[in-house]
Amino acid sequence: MTSPDETVFRTRGLTKVYRSGAQEVHALRGVDFAARKGEFVIILGPSGSGKSTFLNIVGGLDMASGGEAWFQEHQLTVMNERELTQYRRDHVGFVFQFYNLVPSLTARENVALVTEIARRPMSPDDALALVGLADRRDNFPAQLSGGEQQRVAIARAIAKNPEVLLCDEPTGALDSATGIKVLEALSEVNRTVGATTLVITHNVAIREIGDRVVRFADGRIVEETVNAAKKRPAEVSW
Amino acid sequence: MVIAPLRRKVLRDLVRLWPQALAIALVLAAGVATLILGNGAYASLYETRARYYEDYRFADVFADVTRAPRALMAEVEEIDGVLAAEARIVKLGLLDMPGMVEPGAIMLVSLPEGDEGALNRLHLRQGRLPDPQSPHEAVVSEGFAVAHRLTPGATFAVVMNGQRRELRVTGIALSPEFIYALGPGEMMPDPSRFGIAWLPRPSLEAAYDLKGAFSNLVLKLAPGVDQDRVIETLDRLTAPYGGAGATARKDQISHAFLDAELKQMSAMVKVLPPIFLLVAAMLVNMTLSRLVTLEREQIGLLKAIGYSGRAIAQHYVEFVLAIAVVGIGIGFAAGAWLGSELAQMYARFFSFPFLVFARDPQIYGLAALITAGAAVAGALFAVRSVLALPPAVAMTPPAPPDYRSRMGRALRMVALRQTSVMTVRHLIRWPLRTASGILGVAMAVAILVASLWSFGSIDRMIDLTFFRAERQDVMVAFAGAEPERALFAARQMPGVMVAEPFRSVAARISHRNQSRKLAITGRPAVTDLSRVLSPQERPMTMPEAGLILSEALAEALDVRPGDLVTVEFLEGRRRTVTLPVSGLSLGYVGLGAAMEISALNWVMGEGALISGVNLRIDPLQDTEFFTAAKATPETSFVIVLGRTVQRFRDTIAENIIVMVTVYVALASIIAVGVIYNFARIALSEQGRELASLRVLGFTRGEVSGILFGELLVIVLLAQPLGWAIGYLIGLGMVAAFSSDLYRVPFVIGREVLGTASLVVCLAAVVSALAVRNRINNLDMVEVLKTRE
Repeated sequence: MTSPDETVFRTRGLTKVYRSGAQEVHALRGVDFAARKGEFVIILGPSGSGKSTFLNIVGGLDMASGGEAWFQEHQLTVMNERELTQYRRDHVGFVFQFYNLVPSLTARENVALVTEIARRPMSPDDALALVGLADRRDNFPAQLSGGEQQRVAIARAIAKNPEVLLCDEPTGALDSATGIKVLEALSEVNRTVGATTLVITHNVAIREIGDRVVRFADGRIVEETVNAAKKRPAEVSW
Repeated sequence: MVIAPLRRKVLRDLVRLWPQALAIALVLAAGVATLILGNGAYASLYETRARYYEDYRFADVFADVTRAPRALMAEVEEIDGVLAAEARIVKLGLLDMPGMVEPGAIMLVSLPEGDEGALNRLHLRQGRLPDPQSPHEAVVSEGFAVAHRLTPGATFAVVMNGQRRELRVTGIALSPEFIYALGPGEMMPDPSRFGIAWLPRPSLEAAYDLKGAFSNLVLKLAPGVDQDRVIETLDRLTAPYGGAGATARKDQISHAFLDAELKQMSAMVKVLPPIFLLVAAMLVNMTLSRLVTLEREQIGLLKAIGYSGRAIAQHYVEFVLAIAVVGIGIGFAAGAWLGSELAQMYARFFSFPFLVFARDPQIYGLAALITAGAAVAGALFAVRSVLALPPAVAMTPPAPPDYRSRMGRALRMVALRQTSVMTVRHLIRWPLRTASGILGVAMAVAILVASLWSFGSIDRMIDLTFFRAERQDVMVAFAGAEPERALFAARQMPGVMVAEPFRSVAARISHRNQSRKLAITGRPAVTDLSRVLSPQERPMTMPEAGLILSEALAEALDVRPGDLVTVEFLEGRRRTVTLPVSGLSLGYVGLGAAMEISALNWVMGEGALISGVNLRIDPLQDTEFFTAAKATPETSFVIVLGRTVQRFRDTIAENIIVMVTVYVALASIIAVGVIYNFARIALSEQGRELASLRVLGFTRGEVSGILFGELLVIVLLAQPLGWAIGYLIGLGMVAAFSSDLYRVPFVIGREVLGTASLVVCLAAVVSALAVRNRINNLDMVEVLKTRE
């Protein structure tokens, strides 16, 4: 097991209930989870299994209904809106399925958007170099391919030197070859920056590139597997 | 059957977008209401006046004589085209009301012996007409009765021809001849200091020694008769009896002032409301077009599942028409209500006996058509561009906008934060949208400027007229021309500190085929109290010979300094002379012509005569002065300048402020509607981007700042443009306002620009606050999952 000082995330009995009218939807039904520093965790599960809700809560985007979630020594489940914003700003890097780049800013400027408000950022150029896009820095999103846009999004996410990198279906909108390039970028930054990386995916093929695989079903973690020998992204395909 | 679900969608969309729909409807309503209220009020007053004139047989021609035998009337009635003629005695009496320090004036008008066929009939509000045999009974004008709380049975004292007489009020009446009851030499009606009393003819015949004679006559002409020819004949007939030239209805004082007021109102109605309406229409067009553009994916979906382009277009037309109908409905109701309130206010001010409500269905139709048309055009424009896309393309979001090579390098030179770069690039990337936003806000500023400018102009008018030109405390006019010793007598009166004489002579000034009848004022070469100002606002010295004409008169006669004009004096020896125009002067009220007083007396072939004096009075002795003035037999009337300024301000407060307040309120609604919608649509367009930034750790304040930064740039850039457009609208209104009686100086003070900008900025703040809540509640989870 991980030693407590190395644990970045831990949750205990985390629940989330959505109410719409008289109906209650239990998105999370008591999730116990922990991730240590620098760990690369793949989260699998069908639609509605609760994996995105889980990521949203540990990412500080949503509030839990019950249980506890901790980031290092900070309890996320008691934070207010302002503290959660500060948490995201200082510690979390996000990568979205649809990149969510600002179309009016160049690749470099999209990265600089985050470094300007970060506490201990790397230079935007270094971040772009990490994802192999140093030469596309002055291009606008409309001039980049989907894979390139996603790599800019990864550069933007890691440029603040975050403790955690949360990726929700980062390859969901990409073809296999491009998706692999993106995963390579993710593995690379996980290695160099040392950020704990949580990747949500539908794509079972990706499981082998993580240190650990967590499977969600019906609002619970139903299976956890540690990859004894993790593969490089180039070795997988779908 | 297919349409039914779409109808439901219209209703649901309206419910979902209600704040925006309401804001658009209110903008439309403001535009419609302005058009309807202005036109309604104007048409009502215009119709009322026309009916009043007709029902009460308002005369067409008016003439004063010194004394003419009644036998002359037979000849007057013979003039071709004269339907009716009435000989009257009209004299000015001095009022001596208890508790009134300053003497007032009362116009004494003889009543016809038989009421049958009388002209300028009275509308009795209370009481009865006087007994024809009673020398002490009179009917008085309503304004005067109200100002002095006179009711039938009350008595008051009048000095007639130097004799004090008590009159008993038998009735209170209105007359079409004195709708605008302006005292002699006054610029504003002041019912406490000027009234009209109608007395039986024998009573006035006795008082003024006019048995078998008359001093005034009025004519009713057959329609289409050449008025000038009648006046010419009449002048020839009356000249031997001291006729000072007949006046056509258009120059009759009450009518002319009323006409000038209506003209100003019509200018307000013709210039401002169409601009309001067009601004509202433009904004609605722009807003709805953007709103429908946001529906792109839904349009694609409807098309994909088999709805025809026509059905989809009809759906969005129904959506915008629903908004337009609500707006037009509110506009109709508000416009009709405000218009009738306004008309009633004016009717009270003008003492109309009744009010004809005029509603022009064409105006309603026009307002509805323009607004609904603009709304539908906006919707169709947007729908058409989406319908042109294949459904599959329309259903997917538009490709990310391409920003390449647009100011990228230039911006990098300036050290801007990335969020500011976003704002700037966004504004530059959509130049049409940015321009239409700026134009929309600028129009809101402009209509405020156009509604507010008159205040600065009025202050300027008051300042120049009463504090720079007419600086005397009191003007005393004599009943007739007096020798110069009257000036020395005036200087001896209690409290008089400075006295300056003036001569006032009725004359007709002509140049080529233009002519104007007016009073030429003779004044000392250099004066300190009553001054003539040059267009550069400096006091002018009267030339040794030659006339100084007001700019308005010079324009009316089409003359320039150095030109010669023909002056036909209508008094004294009635000489006709040719005089040079020596210079032009500034003047806002009436047409003015001035000369050096001795030069005037010389060209008239008369000795040193004066018509009155301008005085500066020691304020501590004004009671003594007024008592003495009332007791002086030469005094015809006294004008107290301080009161005139007050009346001027009050009258304007009554009329203009109400109208302007209404316009400002409507303009503010338009401003809020524009900016709120701009902010809402910007939020719809950028909501996803802003939510992404929130996920990345931007605070609510920082994210709001991006949207508000864009709003701020637009609002700021719009100000100077709005001032400029407002200035041009104001200029157009000034041109429409100008008449022979009034010229309005065009002054747009900084406070006007400041107020307009302040209102618009407040509207922006209110809109920003309304949108801020939505920014705060942006759904961050949603953006992780959805494609743009």
